[in-house]
Amino acid sequence: MSGIVSYGSYIPVYRIKPEEIARIWGDEPEKMRDNLFIFSKSVPSPDEDVATISVEAARNALSRCDINPQDIGAIYVGSESHPYAVKPTGTIVAASIGMPLQYFAADYEFACKAGTAGMQNVKAMVDSNYIKYGIAIGADTSQGAPGDALEYTASAGGTAVIIGKEKVIVEINHTLSVSTDTPDFWRREGEPYPKHGERFTGEPGYFKHIIAAGKAMMEKMDTKPSDYDYAVFHQPNGKFPMRAAKMLGFTEEQYKTGLLTPYIGNTYSGSTMTGLSAILDEAKPGDKILAVSFGSGAGSDAFDMTVTDEMKKYKRDRAPTIKKMIEKIMYIDYGTYSKFRKIIITGDSVE
Amino acid sequence: MLSNNVYIIGAGETKYGELWDKSLRNLAVEAGLKAIENAGIYSKDIDAIYGANGLAGTINEQENIGALIADFSGLSNEGIPSIRVEASTASGGAALREAYLSIKSGEYNVVVVGGVEKMTDIHGSDIIEKMSSILDREWEAFYGATPAAMAAIIARKYMHDFNVEKEALAMVPVNDHLNASKNLNAQYHNKLTLKQAMDAIPVAEPLNLMDCSPVSDGAAAVVLASEEYMKRNKKEGIKIIGSAIAQDYLSVGSRDSIYTLKSTKLAAEKAFRRANVKRDDISFVELHDSFSIYALLELEDLGFVEKGKAKELVYDEIKTGGRIPVNPSGGLKAKGDPYGAVGVGQVVEAYLQLNEKAGERQIKNAKYALLHNMAGTGTSSVIHILEGY
Amino acid sequence: MTELSRIWRETEYRYNLIGYKCKNCNRTYFPPRDICPYCHRESIGKMEKFKLSGNGEITSYSIVHESSSAFKRQVPYVMALIKLNEGPVITAQIVDCDPDNVEIGKKVHMAFRKIREDGTNGIIEYGYKFKLA
Repeated sequence: MSGIVSYGSYIPVYRIKPEEIARIWGDEPEKMRDNLFIFSKSVPSPDEDVATISVEAARNALSRCDINPQDIGAIYVGSESHPYAVKPTGTIVAASIGMPLQYFAADYEFACKAGTAGMQNVKAMVDSNYIKYGIAIGADTSQGAPGDALEYTASAGGTAVIIGKEKVIVEINHTLSVSTDTPDFWRREGEPYPKHGERFTGEPGYFKHIIAAGKAMMEKMDTKPSDYDYAVFHQPNGKFPMRAAKMLGFTEEQYKTGLLTPYIGNTYSGSTMTGLSAILDEAKPGDKILAVSFGSGAGSDAFDMTVTDEMKKYKRDRAPTIKKMIEKIMYIDYGTYSKFRKIIITGDSVE
Repeated sequence: MLSNNVYIIGAGETKYGELWDKSLRNLAVEAGLKAIENAGIYSKDIDAIYGANGLAGTINEQENIGALIADFSGLSNEGIPSIRVEASTASGGAALREAYLSIKSGEYNVVVVGGVEKMTDIHGSDIIEKMSSILDREWEAFYGATPAAMAAIIARKYMHDFNVEKEALAMVPVNDHLNASKNLNAQYHNKLTLKQAMDAIPVAEPLNLMDCSPVSDGAAAVVLASEEYMKRNKKEGIKIIGSAIAQDYLSVGSRDSIYTLKSTKLAAEKAFRRANVKRDDISFVELHDSFSIYALLELEDLGFVEKGKAKELVYDEIKTGGRIPVNPSGGLKAKGDPYGAVGVGQVVEAYLQLNEKAGERQIKNAKYALLHNMAGTGTSSVIHILEGY
Repeated sequence: MTELSRIWRETEYRYNLIGYKCKNCNRTYFPPRDICPYCHRESIGKMEKFKLSGNGEITSYSIVHESSSAFKRQVPYVMALIKLNEGPVITAQIVDCDPDNVEIGKKVHMAFRKIREDGTNGIIEYGYKFKLA
């Protein structure tokens, strides 16, 4: 059966604290921190974007396995902050990891679930023998308008997974999706920042789809929450995934490993996959994992997975773990953040 | 039969500095006319013009500098050959050498060598980008390297390996400013204390603003003449007794030792051999100290002191009256650094010194001058040794 | 506008740190060069592409405060000469560090970053930078 043969992530080193953002906008620092359950969010440096994050994640994935990049036949990069509106991120990544001339490629966008949609597509192509290996990446340098609640969480990071049939470390037993037309969060073409329906993003958006997909998966697989060792859900803030987990019947023990938002913020398309990456950093053969992403607009992708014996031989230590990326950080103030994120209007002396 | 010696019979230069009302062509013509007048020659006497310029194409968007200089010097009707010589910041020295060779060859009797650079029309980060084109654009400047950054990288390694304090570097601009205070054509006339030199704002650590030459406008010109011309006109003049040029890798990283200026070393060996003089015979040197660190490396690679030991010279021995006086003109830091003009301007200083016309900054009994003009980070070095009469 | 073909031509070298190896003397070079400066004509036709590991150590460095507009947002940034394990010494930025922690001799490894971009509507140029290992 097909599944994940390797994985790798990348999170920028810079962090800003919610207290620092609140200081600028006159919000109450402790309340913002506690309400969103977020201690810091990652910030890309000015020379980082979705292409650089994707390349680093893909290179980390490749360094953990011995796959010849020439055998990778597809690349799908999911993001809502691709560096170009027209010109693929995927080809930049492919060129940086030495993929051959013949490969399938497209950039995906489905708000925060474009990366997991890429995983589904790559799995289908592997299953149908179109390709030997394929790579799916979820990455974002997400935009949160200054002064908007999103600014506290919108962060940067990404994860790449290579899917194939040989030396599979995590079997993807099944995947399914639910989708509806829901205007909970959007960004129009050419606009710098997304808009959202505030509390409307909750029940009719996030919870409805996560719960529906999670339940559908357990029904299909005939499983119950206690059958899983780990669960990971899309994490727009620290609170939503905890509530979704409880609604579905999961315990803190099951979701805490994959819950990264409190430390890195919401990496959007990178969110669920990076949570999964943190789980794979410690998972043992036989462990069962449920992953459910969410993308506004809206939909959820669910994955039922089992860690294989191959994990014992897998060279996890050839690339940095999520834990290491969370520990090795540098805090910046709002001024530096503004400079990095190009919020400041500059003259000709700055590019 | 006449020897084919080459003499310098006239020199002139503009002031160096921020010359807001002067254009590229204004500067070139002003220096050229001064040199021609000084030499006492007329347009009909000129066989050829060699014009040195580093960055006009990049900064002024003007190429075809040879024609520009000849045209606006009023020499187009006569059809006098005029070509540009480009060797980055060593263009001046390189043009001088080409002119010298043209006379040596017997082809010409009187040649004008000019150098000009008009840099202040652009400023700020733009001029840094343009100046960085003297590095390897694709593999150094592309990644954010600037001339100052590369000099600073060299400086840090040098200070680290030879246990040299930053203060030794700071003595170079202190000396330059002291000398420039006596040079009316210099860009700066203020004296600099060691503390001021140490405390300036950082440009590329460990180098600060006082370690770096300024952005300058300026032009200089000299007239060279053959032995035949000298005999015919019963003239005496400063003689070029040694001339040499050598190259090194374009990228600093490609070199075996980043603090050995191989081009300087090789050119110095050749020039001294040709001139048949010893280091101790040299009355003063004009060094290409676009960054303070280079003055130390140059003193070493020219053979005045062992590698790593320039710190023994910079406190006292480089002053006027010291063992090896450096940059009586004020050097690149204080006289100024108009790229293409620098090498020719060094000749102007030597011409004044060796004719005992340097006024307040006159080096006593100056007999032999060594002029060192360097491109980029040491990619080319041109050395001339001149003898007074 | 940035010259597209000029950028595109160097892409594989800049993305993947591909240098050249002289098959006559086995010396390794970066950036790419067509002739080995030791073997001269003996090297013609014997210069082959060679992928460098991206690991090396700092030969020397500077903390740059005055930059062109392309790098202004990163000032002060660290510019270094890095001796790669395979031999070549290359010029590159060291990122994601406090400049005070950079030292001669420290180990570094390659990262993939944006190097320059042509305004907000032009092409983005990517390539190597380095991080402390």
